[in-house]
Amino acid sequence: MNILVLIKQVPDTEANISVSGGKVNESGIKWIISPYDEIGLEEALRCREQKGGTVTVLTVGGEQAISVLRTAYAMGADNAIHIKNENYNMLDSAVIAEAITSAISNEKYDIIFAGRQGSDSDNGQAPLIIAEKMNIAAVSYAKKVELGDDKITITAEAEGGQGIYESAYPVIITANAGLNEPRYPSLKGIMASKKKPIDTKTFEDLGIKAESKIEVLGFSPPPERPAGKIIEGEDAAAKAKELARLLHEEVKVI
Amino acid sequence: MANILAIGEISGGALKKASKEVVSVGKKFGDVSAVLIGENASSLAKELIAFGADTIYTADIKEYAGDVYAKAIAELVKSKSIDIIFIPHSQTGREISARLGAVLNAGVISDAVELKDEGDSIIVKKPVYSGKCFVEMKAKSNPQIITIRPNSQGIVENAGAGNIENISVDMSSAKVKMLSFEAASSERIPLSEADIVISGGRGMKSGENFKLLEEFADQVKAGIGASRAAVDSDWVEHNLQVGQTGQTVSPNVYIAVGISGAIQHLAGMGSSKYIVAINKDPDAPIFKVATYGIVDDLFNVMPAFNEEIKKIRG
Ligand SMILES: Cc1cc2nc3c(=O)[nH]c(=O)nc-3n(C[C@H](O)[C@H](O)[C@H](O)COP(=O)(O)OP(=O)(O)OC[C@H]3O[C@@H](n4cnc5c(N)ncnc54)[C@H](O)[C@@H]3O)c2cc1C
Ligand SMILES: Nc1ncnc2c1ncn2[C@@H]1O[C@H](COP(=O)(O)O)[C@@H](O)[C@H]1O
Repeated sequence: MNILVLIKQVPDTEANISVSGGKVNESGIKWIISPYDEIGLEEALRCREQKGGTVTVLTVGGEQAISVLRTAYAMGADNAIHIKNENYNMLDSAVIAEAITSAISNEKYDIIFAGRQGSDSDNGQAPLIIAEKMNIAAVSYAKKVELGDDKITITAEAEGGQGIYESAYPVIITANAGLNEPRYPSLKGIMASKKKPIDTKTFEDLGIKAESKIEVLGFSPPPERPAGKIIEGEDAAAKAKELARLLHEEVKVI
Repeated sequence: MANILAIGEISGGALKKASKEVVSVGKKFGDVSAVLIGENASSLAKELIAFGADTIYTADIKEYAGDVYAKAIAELVKSKSIDIIFIPHSQTGREISARLGAVLNAGVISDAVELKDEGDSIIVKKPVYSGKCFVEMKAKSNPQIITIRPNSQGIVENAGAGNIENISVDMSSAKVKMLSFEAASSERIPLSEADIVISGGRGMKSGENFKLLEEFADQVKAGIGASRAAVDSDWVEHNLQVGQTGQTVSPNVYIAVGISGAIQHLAGMGSSKYIVAINKDPDAPIFKVATYGIVDDLFNVMPAFNEEIKKIRG
């Protein structure tokens, strides 16, 4: 089974993001595999353990993406593709999807795993654009994957509940939390990952123009929340009573 | 006047509030029609008239298939010369917006929390990096597609002409077959739709103790959420998790009970209008974002709070 995993490099979830002059200050940020993509990678490794084959990871990103590809190697990926673009965060998902689609146009993958959304953008678009471009099946928010010989069954979160879907291969699957618990890379894996080759391509190599249909005007810090109020009172009951009063009389929701 | 199309959604047999919200937003920018695809769509569509929809295109279909839904909507966009498409930023909204963008070769901006009319374009503000910063952007295409964070814009009543027209959606071309659907067991309002959300964290100590939150939620029709610590302890289902790797909610009031306020939790609820924190640790980071805070033991606060609410609700 030939599996591709799309992984996006994002700032560590704890990272402090500061903005100056309309731009994000990236110095000092530690980059990790976007949490949902890590779940997608784990599922790919489990599929390989079950059916054999290879797991290839692919990312579109700048220099910092290399460390993320190494982590994927350390977890157990077989191959890594880096589509190099320092400006990737200013491009819309359509351009990213186009770059990914053309980079893999000569390959045949049975399953493409991705994340249900990037933890930076929260878009959740790229995998579905790829599905449209390649004209193949896609299921998003997967919670369980069962591999058959020529069919795959996927349980996924759906509006108001969960659905069980059946698809032929190839299929794009976006991972939801709860699909699995990603493994930690072994020390041996980490050591070995440092020497593994990375297949690097540029947009030019792929014949892609980075023509985004979205113009980014600028970044800004989040609005300050007005200072809050700690409710004082004799005991817990008095504080509870005052809170109920505030919600009723000031906020007027109750 | 721009031609706007708002895409509605149905959940658990009812029209989602987010559907009314996208129609309300559309009305601000031009003449608005709507699409509603799903079970009972043609009868639920009537509810959209009161928010300004002139024509509502419906298809009564039980199964969901993003590829064919998007194809049908794309046909409509082309035949009606639509300029702007508003979609709720929900699970299906993410899928439909991405697919529509690909089919129509249109720019897609997702998760808008603010929209500014600039004449020939809309400047959209959206949170990125889990709300740690915001970005402003605009689409350079026509049509343009914008998904709206549920509850961020509110709903506004506005009379619409209210014609309802059926459209055809060819389910036979769907690439994925839905074998079965299991509705969520809870009767409770979906988290993203709720005006009030009350969430419990590690401080709740057990799944059993979530009864304290349910008692409140039942009285005021609130949604119930949880921190990852509560989910990882198996006290509640994963789909209740609020945060960076859970749901994003933007209710009018968010009440965090026994939740410390880790940055990954704040990512999912930081855009709530009012935040209430109940926590016994005065240094818990949740108090930095809380509009109202109670520093005390939740097991003493919650029963008294529920009693007070009961009195107010009569
Ligand atoms: C990649 C990644 C993604 C993550 N995604 C999410 C996410 O989506 N959502 C999420 O929530 N977390 C997420 N986390 C986890 C997050 O970092 C925190 O660990 C988690 O939010 C803590 O949950 P908590 O506040 O319930 O628990 P704690 O941090 O343990 O806080 C419990 C609080 O309860 C209070 N308390 C205890 N007993 C009482 C009592 N009797 N009365 C009153 N107060 C009491 C304590 O003072 C404390 O402040 C993520 C972490 C990582 C690394
Ligand atoms: N630059 C990228 N490189 C590799 N994969 C990506 C990239 N951007 C998005 N993806 C994939 O698409 C998913 C959704 O991302 P997004 O559309 O940015 O929310 C991510 O979880 C990744 O799996």
